[in-house]
Amino acid sequence: MRNSWLVAAFVAFATIYPTAVFSDYHLFQATMVLVYGVAILGMAILVGFNGQISLGHGAFYAIGAYTTAILMASWNVPYWVTIPISAVVCAGFGFLIGLPALRLAGHYLALTTFALAVAIPQILKHRWFEDWTGGVQGLVIDKPDAPFGLKLSSDQWLYLFTMFVAVLMYLFAWNLTRGRIGRAMRAIRDQATAAEAMGINLAMVKTRTFAVSAMYTGVAGSLGAIAVAFVAPDSFSVFLSITLFVGLCAGGAASIGGTLVGAVFIEFVPNLADKVSKAAPGAVYGVILIAMLFLMPVGAGGFLAGIWRKIVGQRAG
Amino acid sequence: MSQTQPLLRVTGVKMRFGGVVALGGVSFDVGQRQICGLIGPNGSGKTTMFNCISGIYRHVEGDIVFEGRSLNNVPRHDMAGIGLGRTFQNVALFRYMSVRDNILVGAHNTAKSGYIANALRLPSVRREQDAAEKRLYELLDMLDLRQVENTPAGAIPFGWQKRVEMARALMTNPKLLMLDEPAAGLNHSEVDELAGLMTRIRDELSLSILLVEHHMSLVMRVSDKVVALEFGLKIADGTPEEVRNEPEVIRAYLGEPEEESAHAGVA
Repeated sequence: MRNSWLVAAFVAFATIYPTAVFSDYHLFQATMVLVYGVAILGMAILVGFNGQISLGHGAFYAIGAYTTAILMASWNVPYWVTIPISAVVCAGFGFLIGLPALRLAGHYLALTTFALAVAIPQILKHRWFEDWTGGVQGLVIDKPDAPFGLKLSSDQWLYLFTMFVAVLMYLFAWNLTRGRIGRAMRAIRDQATAAEAMGINLAMVKTRTFAVSAMYTGVAGSLGAIAVAFVAPDSFSVFLSITLFVGLCAGGAASIGGTLVGAVFIEFVPNLADKVSKAAPGAVYGVILIAMLFLMPVGAGGFLAGIWRKIVGQRAG
Repeated sequence: MSQTQPLLRVTGVKMRFGGVVALGGVSFDVGQRQICGLIGPNGSGKTTMFNCISGIYRHVEGDIVFEGRSLNNVPRHDMAGIGLGRTFQNVALFRYMSVRDNILVGAHNTAKSGYIANALRLPSVRREQDAAEKRLYELLDMLDLRQVENTPAGAIPFGWQKRVEMARALMTNPKLLMLDEPAAGLNHSEVDELAGLMTRIRDELSLSILLVEHHMSLVMRVSDKVVALEFGLKIADGTPEEVRNEPEVIRAYLGEPEEESAHAGVA
């Protein structure tokens, strides 16, 4: 009970303080942290809780981003309406990808999803879809202004809007992973044969979890497209999938809170690395990543949860 | 043959792995509220039989009927729902989940809530959770697991893990509890406790138990009936007393007396 009040207080602070104090550029960065957080949360549900590896979640991010961009650019759909539509579209794609995933285990699944991530920028550039996707040029969309005549810059408003969606997504994920379905997901991850003997329909849970995971990352793509106000095929290269995977590992695969740490990592560490060494930012990035995994082998989520347990445990004991 | 329909009836079940005949047409019954021991030397087909019943293997011939319903084409994930709960020979727990969550997974088939209901944590989900937790605490007490409730299942001693597995199987609300070598790896006093536990479970939860076990004295002590297998064939079927005295069983366990008899013949 006390924990949920603390989380609520943290969310309130994280909503109000940056909106009031941050510059537009820093607010944009904070928005992107939330966006990546939701994207990594989608991966955590699939990889961390259900044990299905995906190296191709950048594809779902791209599909979500393009769904929003096309709806806004071609049909003038309001930006907030595109979010639920994108959720449904991405869940559908996720379900379809999840079907062959049933027959593929471990690294075979990783490679198959990786292939999807390799293919998606080229599919987006293809001339068959050019009328919708804008081809190599991509699509420019309008940054939404604050509604109801609120005196907020569009970056401030976007941060609040993204925060609202992200809080909902995290809340749903928290509930989902802690209940009957979450237990079924984790049971399949740990011991599929026993899970089946306990009455869990493996095929059903795995495909639906894939759909939920794709939905999360897709919604993140939509939020990201709105925040950046632009989509282009080369923003969604294979590297995006790998980056999301790095964020997942940095945060700790089966940790809900850890996804935010992972998001902070992938948003800020490349910039940091760039500041440290203009010549070889990749090397610095690598060193930071290895140092982080060395210090926190179970990811930041597991690391922080361990500290939290110690503090609470000492007080209780 | 019997006054009421047996809970489980196995008729002429055959199973092959490649050219190897693992079960060569085995038949036996498990009655209501009966503890049935399935014994036999290594490789006699006990665990194969077990896995045929729970659908992990699909037998090539014969019939397995549970409460009058054939199990031949029942999907594995429906077995818990129709009343078959089981444990595994080498303990198949969800190692990274708490003992509590392990056991609650057993309640999966007794509830229905889906993804959306769970994400929104609807009142129906809470009711399911409350009902499951009530049974969870009964089982934690019955199997003496309260103190490890929140410990990851992979981090507790082997003997405790076996009890967690049993609690998880009981959580499915089985009519037939299938235990695959529950005494393996237990010490003497733990085996004694296990014997008491099995009869208590049968009496208090009024279910049947099918027990695959190497530990002879345990089987003979708790079973109402014993089925003995050797090389995939049934060699005895009856009360523990009858099976113990069956010459075929003595031969299978103690070896042929032929050397002695051969010597005797020469002498």
